[in-house]
Amino acid sequence: MLDIFRTLLWRDITLAMRSRADLVANLFFFIIVVSLFPLGIGPEMATLRLIAPGVVWVAALLASMLALERIFAADYEDGTLEQMLLTPQPLALLILAKVAAHWLVTGVPLVLIAPVLGLQYNLSGEMLQVLIVTLLLGTPSLSLIGAIGAALTLGLRGGGVLNALLVMPLTIPVLIFGAGAVEATASGLGGIGHLYLLGAILLAALFFAPLAAAAALRISAE
Amino acid sequence: MSEFFAMGGYGLYVWGSFGAMALLMVAEVIIVRQQRHDMLTRLRRMERQRTAPPVSPEKESGK
Amino acid sequence: MNSRLINWFKLSSPATFYPFAGRMVPWFSWIAIILLVIALYLSFFVAPTDYKQGEGYRIIFIHVPVAWMSMFIYVIMAGWAAVGLVYNTRLSAMMSEALAPTGAMFAFLSLWTGALWGKPMWGTWWVWDARLTSSLILLFLYIGFIALKSAIEDPRRADRAGAILLLVGVINIPIIYFSVRWWNTLHQGATIKMSGQTSMDETMLIAMLIMTFAVWAYTIAVVLLRVRTIILERERDTTWVRTLLQEGNRR
Repeated sequence: MLDIFRTLLWRDITLAMRSRADLVANLFFFIIVVSLFPLGIGPEMATLRLIAPGVVWVAALLASMLALERIFAADYEDGTLEQMLLTPQPLALLILAKVAAHWLVTGVPLVLIAPVLGLQYNLSGEMLQVLIVTLLLGTPSLSLIGAIGAALTLGLRGGGVLNALLVMPLTIPVLIFGAGAVEATASGLGGIGHLYLLGAILLAALFFAPLAAAAALRISAE
Repeated sequence: MSEFFAMGGYGLYVWGSFGAMALLMVAEVIIVRQQRHDMLTRLRRMERQRTAPPVSPEKESGK
Repeated sequence: MNSRLINWFKLSSPATFYPFAGRMVPWFSWIAIILLVIALYLSFFVAPTDYKQGEGYRIIFIHVPVAWMSMFIYVIMAGWAAVGLVYNTRLSAMMSEALAPTGAMFAFLSLWTGALWGKPMWGTWWVWDARLTSSLILLFLYIGFIALKSAIEDPRRADRAGAILLLVGVINIPIIYFSVRWWNTLHQGATIKMSGQTSMDETMLIAMLIMTFAVWAYTIAVVLLRVRTIILERERDTTWVRTLLQEGNRR
């Protein structure tokens, strides 16, 4: 059980590393979106500081939606996915491995670059720490929920936009608690409650999302 | 009468709401009926083509 | 009990449901029209003027029923989706497909009437109030479902993919609702309390309830009408539809 998880995880990471340009493009998309906001809003530091958590979180959401399109696409095109559907191992576990790999190569870089972007917005050290923790807890949920949408829209024309349309409303709680934790820290209320809720969402997503995505994949790849 | 339509100064809002609802509900009924009508005409035409003896049966079956 | 059960399963076949739905449409249409007339009469001529909001409050008579209906239809769609996945019945997917446009329409109307109510009462068309925001998200969910359905060409795949999306959505709705409410209470600045809910007059409540039933009957009528079209399209190659069409052609 664990063997296949590890094998698939490594396989996906290796494959992703071979097409590094995609990953870099995704990361730069995130950076550019975050950097565009001050240009649109103005360089007033107080305002920027106020909107920073929301901006970083919305950008992270968009970037992970953009990246999700590819999570099953390559395997679907070359027929690997069909083989996966036929294996005796539970499909949900395979999906979990794929999502984990996907998060490691697309989500983690976002988390790592976020503090630098936070500095652009003049966030305090404490806020930066909370921002990283929320992103660490929240982006896996985004990947997990997004995997359901990616499985449903597999192989469809315009699947990327459609996937975003389906998934974004479902990710609103993650956005609210993610950005909310940073804001609550800034206002001195303490964001620990938000972090617990983010953790709870992550646990629920870890359990339910692979099952739903597995059901969706079986339908889409039939 | 005009007092009734003025709705104590809220005429625009009240009639804007009730009007939008009436408009959408009527439009929906018309659209649904039209869709049904179109579907029936289309399917009936298809059915006629299927059942009607073709002008040259050999050509038809050769397809 | 047993005979009723058999009856239900019989009805779940499109061939028996099609004429049944056809017989039901006029009934529910008439119920809807009669209830609508009664509700409109009550809400404009019987219900007294609110002492705080004047005549403007009369929007409540459609706003609340429409908002209820938009939420209720989504739950019903999810219920059909579950039935469809468990029993693999074709009809349930057709029902959820037929319900979606009406649900989206009511979700839009609840936003529209809410905005028109908010403007005179709160002085703004839109506030990021928990209820308004969740209605907006509900509209997004409807649009997502319709978009997914129309993007998939294979009807069997569309049915089942739509069902999964509905189930995921319906599980998420309470989470979304509570997170939005929490988010809203945190940002106290913009919250506006509904101007002191004066104990609602009994006639107001009755008018609202009758309007709710009217909207119900309307939904049933229009959805049955729509599902008949969907059944015809999906089942066009079956013998019963072909016989039906041949009869229509002969006439």
